[in-house]
Amino acid sequence: MYTDTVIEEKLVHKPKFLGIFLGVVFVILFALNLADTIFGHFLTPVIGDPAQSGLYGRFAVALVLGILFTLNIFAIGFLPTPIQSLVVWLELAVFFVSGFHIFNLSLEFIQSQLWFLLSRGLFTTIYVSAISIVLAFIVAMVGAIAKLSGNGFAHGIASFYTSLFRALPLLLLIYLVYLGLPQMGYVIDAVPAGILALTLNYGAFMTEVFRAGIESIPPGQWEASRSLGFTFGPTMRRIILPQAIPVIIPPTGNSFISMLKDSSLISVIGVWELMFLARTLGQKTFQHMEMLITVAMIYWALTIVMEAIQRRLESHYRTVKVNKA
Amino acid sequence: MNTTSNSQGGDVSDTSQHGSAALTAKGSSDDSIIEMTNVNKWFGPLHVLKDVNLKVRQGEKIVVCGPSGSGKSTLIRCLNRLEAHQKGKIIVDGIELHDHMKEVNVVRREIGMVFQQFNLFPHLTVLENLMAAPLWVRKIPKKEADETAKQLLERVKIPEQAHKYPAQLSGGQQQRVAIARSLAMQPKIMLFDEPTSALDPEMISEVLDVMVELAESGMTMICVTHEMGFARKVANNVVFMDAGEIIENTDPTTFFDHPKSQRTKDFLSQIIAH
Repeated sequence: MYTDTVIEEKLVHKPKFLGIFLGVVFVILFALNLADTIFGHFLTPVIGDPAQSGLYGRFAVALVLGILFTLNIFAIGFLPTPIQSLVVWLELAVFFVSGFHIFNLSLEFIQSQLWFLLSRGLFTTIYVSAISIVLAFIVAMVGAIAKLSGNGFAHGIASFYTSLFRALPLLLLIYLVYLGLPQMGYVIDAVPAGILALTLNYGAFMTEVFRAGIESIPPGQWEASRSLGFTFGPTMRRIILPQAIPVIIPPTGNSFISMLKDSSLISVIGVWELMFLARTLGQKTFQHMEMLITVAMIYWALTIVMEAIQRRLESHYRTVKVNKA
Repeated sequence: MNTTSNSQGGDVSDTSQHGSAALTAKGSSDDSIIEMTNVNKWFGPLHVLKDVNLKVRQGEKIVVCGPSGSGKSTLIRCLNRLEAHQKGKIIVDGIELHDHMKEVNVVRREIGMVFQQFNLFPHLTVLENLMAAPLWVRKIPKKEADETAKQLLERVKIPEQAHKYPAQLSGGQQQRVAIARSLAMQPKIMLFDEPTSALDPEMISEVLDVMVELAESGMTMICVTHEMGFARKVANNVVFMDAGEIIENTDPTTFFDHPKSQRTKDFLSQIIAH
C-alpha cells in the first residue's frame, strides 16, 4: 500500500486527542464499575476495601486505569511504526489472554490433556484439511477448465456443481454425505465422509477462484498460442496454467486457512479432530472451558503459522511475477 | 498480384452455410497462396470487412495500411482464423477457412503471426519461447528444436539473451524474439499486426531490419504497418483500407506518388505531414 511521504504530527501526541481519549475511557470504565475486581485490589491502599469503597472506589479505579491507558498510547506513539504495531499486538494478546483468568482454568487439567489434543486432535485436523485442500485443488482445476472449455456438457456439469455445492451449508453437506451415502448403499467412514464434504464444498468455491485466475491471463497469450498451432488442451497446460497458478496459489492458501477451521464442523459426525476432543474431553469433569479455550488457542497458533506461510507464498509469487512479467 | 476489389461477380459462396463442402480447395486458377474472395465480416451490427478481395502469391510482400478502425487488423486476423469471417471465401495454402474446418491448426502451423503487444510467453525463457511450438506442436526432438532456436536468435541478433525472461528484454528485443518464435515453426507465410506500433522510436529500426532481412529471404509477408519507409523498400503491393473496404491496392511507387482516391491522398498527407 502507498504510505504518504509527508509526516504529520502524531494523533496520539496531540493534547486534545489525549484529553478526549482519557475522558472516553474514563466514562466507559466508570460505567463498567471495576472497583470490585483485580484492579480494585491493587488500589486497596488508597480506596480501602474495594467492596466497600462505593462511588469513590469506582471513580478512583476508572481514573487510574484511564490515565494508565492514556500514558500507554502516548508512550507507544514514540516507537517506530513496525515496533509500534508489534507492541500493540502483544498488549492486545496479553489483555485478551488475561481475560481467561475469570474462568479459573485448571492448568493441571489442560496439561494432562494437551498431548492427546495435539497428537490426536491437531494431527487429525491437519491431515483431514490437507487431504481436502489437495482434492479441492484438483476438483477446482477441473471445474474451472470445464467452465472455460466451451464444451456445453462440461460447462453444464461444472456450473451445476458450483451452483449446488456453493449453496449448501457445509454442516448440512456433512450430514448429507455421512448419513445419505450409507442409505444409497455406500457405507462410508466418518473421516472419508468429512474429507468428501470439505472437498465438495471448497472445490465449488475454489472453482470460481481458479476460473477468475485463468481468465486473468491476457487473451493475447491465447492468441499467440493458438496462432502457433497449439490446440485448447496444450494451450491450457503449457501456456495458460503455468501463468495462472502463481495467481491462484495465494487464494488457495487462504482457503486452506479457512478450511482448517471449518474442519471443526466434521466433529458432528464423530471425527476425533480438535473440536470433537475439546467437547468430549472436558465433558467428564465438566471442565469445558479449559478444553474449549485450549483448542481455541491451538487454532489461533495454527492460523498464525499458516498466515506466515501464506505471506511467504504470496511474496514469493509476487517476485516471480516481477521477474518474469 | 491481381485484385478485383470492387468486382461483385464470381461465385460468392457463404462458407458458414456448408461446412462439409470444399474442405480443401486446391488448384486455384493461379499460384496464389492466399486468396480472399468477397470476404465480409461483422462485429455485431458493425460491418468491418466489406467484400474484400485479395490475392497474394508465394513470396510476395504486402503492406496493409489505413486509418485506425479500417479493418486492417481484422483482415489479417481472418487469415489464420483468429477471427471468423461470415461471408465469402478465404483459401490459405490450399485450405479453405470456414466454421467447421477440422484442420485449423494445420493452417496455423504454416502461418506465423507477430502481434503489436509481442505476446511472448512470460513464464518461459527466450529460448523456451522459441522451442515451445516446435516441441509441443510439431513434436520434433528437443536437440533439434534447441539448435533451430539458437540459429534463429542469431538471425534476429540476440543470441546472448537466450536464457533471459521476456520481461528482462527491451521492447525491440521482445518483438525480435516474437518474430523468431514464429519463424521457429518454419511457416510459409508471416503475418505482422502493427509490429512496431508499441515500440519506442529508437527500437523500431532494429525490428524493421529483421523484417527487411526476412523479406529479402523470400518469405511471403503481410504486414499491417504505418512504416512507409518499409513499405517503399520491400512491399510488392500496398493495400490501403478504409471503413472495411480495400480502397487501393497497387505497387508502392504508384501508391505514394500517384494515389488514385481522395481518401488515400488524405491519409498519406496526414502521416507524412509530421
